[in-house]
Amino acid sequence: MTEERSAVVVRDVRKSYGELKAVDGVSFTVAEGEFFGILGPNGAGKTTTLEIIEGLRKPDSGEVRLLGESPWPRNVKLLPRIGVQLQASSFFEKLTAKEQLQTFGALYGVSKGTAADMLELVGLADKANEQENKLSGGQRQRLSIACALVHDPDIVFLDEPTAALDPQARRNLWDVLRAIQERGKTIVYTTHYIDEAEILCDRVAIMDEGRILALDTPAVLVRGLDAPTHVTLQKGVLSIVDASALDGVEEAHENEVSLTLSTRRPAPVLSALAERGALDGLQVRTATLEDVFLNLTGREYRA
Amino acid sequence: MTAFKTLSLAMFKGFIRDKVTLFFTFLFPLMFLVIFGLILRDVGADKTRIAVVGDGPIVSALRESGALELESYSDENAAVQKVKDGDLPAALIIRGQQLDVRFAQSDQVKSATVLGIVNGFVDKANLAATGQPPRFTFASEKVEDASLKPIQYLTPGILSWGVAVSAVFGAALTLVSWRRKQVLRRIRLAPVSATSVLSSRLLVSAGVALVQGATFVGIAMLPLFGLKLSGSWWLAIPLLLLGTIAFFALGMLVGAFAKTEEAASAAANIVVLPMAFLSGTFFPVDQAPAWLQTVSKIFPLRHMNDGMLDVLVRGKGIEALLMPSAILVGFALVVGFIASRVFKWEE
Ligand SMILES: Nc1ncnc2c1ncn2[C@@H]1O[C@H](COP(=O)(O)OP(=O)(O)OP(=O)(O)O)[C@@H](O)[C@H]1O
Ligand SMILES: [Mg+2]
Repeated sequence: MTEERSAVVVRDVRKSYGELKAVDGVSFTVAEGEFFGILGPNGAGKTTTLEIIEGLRKPDSGEVRLLGESPWPRNVKLLPRIGVQLQASSFFEKLTAKEQLQTFGALYGVSKGTAADMLELVGLADKANEQENKLSGGQRQRLSIACALVHDPDIVFLDEPTAALDPQARRNLWDVLRAIQERGKTIVYTTHYIDEAEILCDRVAIMDEGRILALDTPAVLVRGLDAPTHVTLQKGVLSIVDASALDGVEEAHENEVSLTLSTRRPAPVLSALAERGALDGLQVRTATLEDVFLNLTGREYRA
Repeated sequence: MTAFKTLSLAMFKGFIRDKVTLFFTFLFPLMFLVIFGLILRDVGADKTRIAVVGDGPIVSALRESGALELESYSDENAAVQKVKDGDLPAALIIRGQQLDVRFAQSDQVKSATVLGIVNGFVDKANLAATGQPPRFTFASEKVEDASLKPIQYLTPGILSWGVAVSAVFGAALTLVSWRRKQVLRRIRLAPVSATSVLSSRLLVSAGVALVQGATFVGIAMLPLFGLKLSGSWWLAIPLLLLGTIAFFALGMLVGAFAKTEEAASAAANIVVLPMAFLSGTFFPVDQAPAWLQTVSKIFPLRHMNDGMLDVLVRGKGIEALLMPSAILVGFALVVGFIASRVFKWEE
């Protein structure tokens, strides 16, 4: 992809708070229309990176291009084209959901009707006249996203939009995010949830301690890992000795309830198990981004 | 323009939905107006009361003139006892053509007043009895000045103070809460200036000031309090608006420094309360010591007060607005400029 077609270009950006290197030499590009995820644990530097791109913070060094322009210092020409949901939700006092949208819309010259329509998109139409502080955490989150989209921006930055949502609300929000992408928008978003990043993102940057450890499509990241597939069976259907002897099995573990086999060639292992009729409680878990993170950092991923 | 309208409407809704703010904007100053208005109702309007025993043309003339308040007694001893007890400064005893005044040595000022007034009436009656036309005539007219009835200075004072409080708090708390709730950062990401967003809040404050003016003056004009407006009362409107701008700027300065809403409230109080006391909100400054009058001149509220007093009750014309307006505008410019310099988008 050429840089002219890139929505976001970040080159060797650094930002320190005193001794702490919050962002320590980050580079990446996001193509137009791409769904780009930044994944990492608390304090990884996701918010700082995002806010530098949005033009809310000045990097100590490095370069940022947003739609071909520099976002710092405050670039008023750029602002109507970007939509931002901050990590901490920001609302005007004492206004209802609909009024919040209309007020944020007004900042961009959006008509009241258009603003109110956004409530449909995030499934809050029935909460239109509810004051913001009476909404649930998830509803507030969705309202906050609607406020970021109210002026129909080309790029949307969402900082942990799915944090604090129940699984159902999270899935509903995924649909919303996919719908936004289908309308041709570029989405840059951060998350703690590995599974979610794997499902939603075209490409994922895995970030830790201010650095990007890996960046690619989720599938490539996992494949590149060359991590074994784990096959789990109910304990007792096969002895650990027999299991270790199967063709393709590299390792076998047993605990109180189950027997787990590691293999890089799951096909022959599964057919051998089928032949023996030893498929009780079968679970197959292929490598995930979680393993990628473990592999990259030597640490368990804790969101 | 519609953006500004929508924003102003949003600010207005936020304002009227906040019960605490409503209380401090309307009820709190009104409480002061009502309490002080009632306590001080008779002060200044106080006429000297004396005891009267007997009746006659001089007593009737005195009663009609209203120069003294007369308390009738049938028993001379009882009347004199009242004077001895210090309840009344003097007793007037009429026996036919003979008028006796018994007065208390202890209250010389009042006794002198009583003696002077009674003497005047006796002389006039004597002159009339001779049938001669008076050689010298003398007319008196009341000049409303230092001797304003309390409600006449309380209303402009408390109105200025109420407007100042609501503008300072409105600006300071809005700014701090927006900063804390990240609204300022969101505004920064929108293609509008913080100034234009704050202007919509200023517009709300200005509207609030006008409503305060109408409410406070309306209540003070009830017969219970008896405020009498002068003909040029409408000149108070530009003064209310300029005062709002000046104190809104002061609130922005407070809001630029304060980190939390609590700190902003405390700081705003520290700024506004002493200023209110020294600027003649609760008592006329002319009664204060000279040095204090000089000190109070540094406060914009003092000048707003003066202007309000002049146009609301003293009947002065537009020229009375010049000085207060110039000072309020100057204050707004200087303080507003400093506030914009120290303004912070985020914590
Ligand atoms: N304004 C600031 N002043 C000082 N340190 C800061 C500031 N903002 C962030 N940091 C530090 O920078 C590091 C990165 O913070 P950042 O908010 O970017 O992390 P994050 O990946 O978004 O974390 P989270 O998942 O918790 O939101 C953290 O260690 C944080 O303490
Ligand atoms: Mg963050």
